[in-house]
Amino acid sequence: MRTLRARLTPYALIFPGGLWLAIFFVVPTVVMLSLSLQSGNVVDGFAFTFNWHSYVDGVTTYHDQIVRSLLYGLAATVIQIVIGFPVAYWIAFKGANRKSVYLFLVLLPFLVSFVLRTISWQYLLSDNGILLGPLRDAGLLPQDFRILATPAAVIGGLSYNFLPFMILPMYVALERIDPRLLEAAQDLYASRVQTFLRVVLPLSLPGVFAGVLMTFVPASSDYVNASVLGGTNTTMIGNVIQNQYLINQDYPIAAAMSFTLMAVLLVGIFAYARALGTEDVLEVAAR
Amino acid sequence: MNDFRNQDPALLRGMTQRRLGRRDAFRLAGLSAAGLALAACGVQGKRVAKPSSSAQAQSAVQQYWSGKVKNGHVDFANWPLYMDPKQPELKQFTDQTGITVTYKEVIQENAGWFAKIQPLLAAGQSIDYDLMVVTNGIQFTQLVELGYLVPLDHGKLPNFAANAGARYKNESYDPGNVYSIPWASGMTGIAYNPKYVDTPPTSYSALWDPKYKGKVGMMADSQEIGNFGMFLLGIDPEKSTPADWEKAAAKLKEQRDAGIVRKYYDQGYVDPLGKGDIWLCQAWSGDIFQKNISEGTDLQFVIPDEGATIWTDNMMIPKTAANPVDAITLMDFFYDPKVAGGLAEYINYVTPVPAAQAVIKSDADAASGDDKKTLTEIADSPLVFPSDADYAKLRSYRNFKNTDEQKQYENIFQAITTA
Repeated sequence: MRTLRARLTPYALIFPGGLWLAIFFVVPTVVMLSLSLQSGNVVDGFAFTFNWHSYVDGVTTYHDQIVRSLLYGLAATVIQIVIGFPVAYWIAFKGANRKSVYLFLVLLPFLVSFVLRTISWQYLLSDNGILLGPLRDAGLLPQDFRILATPAAVIGGLSYNFLPFMILPMYVALERIDPRLLEAAQDLYASRVQTFLRVVLPLSLPGVFAGVLMTFVPASSDYVNASVLGGTNTTMIGNVIQNQYLINQDYPIAAAMSFTLMAVLLVGIFAYARALGTEDVLEVAAR
Repeated sequence: MNDFRNQDPALLRGMTQRRLGRRDAFRLAGLSAAGLALAACGVQGKRVAKPSSSAQAQSAVQQYWSGKVKNGHVDFANWPLYMDPKQPELKQFTDQTGITVTYKEVIQENAGWFAKIQPLLAAGQSIDYDLMVVTNGIQFTQLVELGYLVPLDHGKLPNFAANAGARYKNESYDPGNVYSIPWASGMTGIAYNPKYVDTPPTSYSALWDPKYKGKVGMMADSQEIGNFGMFLLGIDPEKSTPADWEKAAAKLKEQRDAGIVRKYYDQGYVDPLGKGDIWLCQAWSGDIFQKNISEGTDLQFVIPDEGATIWTDNMMIPKTAANPVDAITLMDFFYDPKVAGGLAEYINYVTPVPAAQAVIKSDADAASGDDKKTLTEIADSPLVFPSDADYAKLRSYRNFKNTDEQKQYENIFQAITTA
């Protein structure tokens, strides 16, 4: 009796999570995959016809938007590393007993709705707003200068909105570094730069990897920033999918584009994991 | 996690090299099961045959309405800014009929609203509303074709019969008002901010003027933007052909690639226009007026010389409504000239009740000061009571023969807006 219970316990533990995944991930994924291979329209209905053309048509029509999404996602990720790494480093090594306060401050923007935060940028960066208005009046900016409705605004919004997801994993990795390792490096006559490059940086890479995963993926599939802060020629693939699904009700092409995006991102992630070395990835997973 | 490096290398090799075994057999079985699952996930659509005779239509009406009774409540889904937030009309309705109304401003977009209710209606489930307002156009046609709307019993619409303007009784998208009666109409024209634009635009070509580079807002909606391209070229959108669409799209592409367009807006063009992010844009007539009233701005709206688009938002009852009798009573209530007048005074869109003009005029006579001035302006406004000469310049959206034609149209213009 006892051994049976012991054997069943792991399954009982995984049951709620497994059921959740099965219902809310596996089933919708199968439905979407099926949709992407269907043809028809919303009035006459869609039927499964193994129609690969949605993929071909989607990629030929929207390859610009796919490439743009990846570039925007990449740019946002790089900006987040540049901004986030020093923050994470500072909190981990100089935060002393106020670390949790600083971490709370990093998370604070998350208490405000994502869409609201993005819309507030519209006010902040408006052509005659509190920032650009005075600068232009002072003659520091050309008359037709603007930030809103440019790629820079979209990339900026993406960087801002996902920044905490970059800082937190990097902080976790940095915080785990034993300070005695740094002392040891210095005892062995490593300069500060050498200590950073050969001790801190390699040990922080798993955190950076996790941060990149958690920001690059949502940033390249985002559509809110492009629709709120973007202008012409800043459409991302997320906007295309939303448009095809909710405006045109062309479900097959929307589903096909979702899977294309997923495939591109997975390939990218595996290539990245390879380049960084799988051991580090396993190390992250093991934690 | 286990450390793989300490494992027997032979085991690793065995796991990583390809060998057709039991595992693969399972995988294959799994794949074919997935294939079956994929094929089973079709999406139902049910096109309904149009009633072929008026007798057939009449029997559909009788069949639906027989046995339906008043329940004392109605759930009403409408667009934002389509009624005074104090809802005086609804209070009056409850006083008169004893029917309570839950009014929600939940419709932001025809396509988004359709996407939300379509699966529910397809499954025959309630959408939680008995009355909703949808614009004539693609989604309205789809609602009719799919049989999602209740055929109206005109015996229950005496006010509509007595007071609706002639043109609102015979709209091309719903001849004979089988499924819908109008809530309000509006025009799509050019709005501008006089702080930045000195000469009032009189033609669509103003939106192509390089001196407004980066300061022009266009709409993302393919019907709205398509119509502007066609008006510019002197094409009547109602009678346009695919070749006309291509010509209009080429003009719109030119406008975009010259950097004149700042952005393609869904709804939120009014704020940027007020702030000066854009100086002139495509706009819906009533939006501009309401912005001026509520925030004291001085934005202007013009109908260009080439003509403009007129659209109609319509009240209709979804087929799964729980309180259809209460809903149709409310629909008819809005055709009382006093009620229609009060509503038009607030929303400033075209009212389908011409007699409301006299009501607003008498309200103006009774008022004084600024109120008097505003009310007189509304009663005389061509945007609320267009004259026959105004109507002659107004055009509707293109009705599409079938979904292929509609898709062709959307693809042509969305290539501009979602590039």
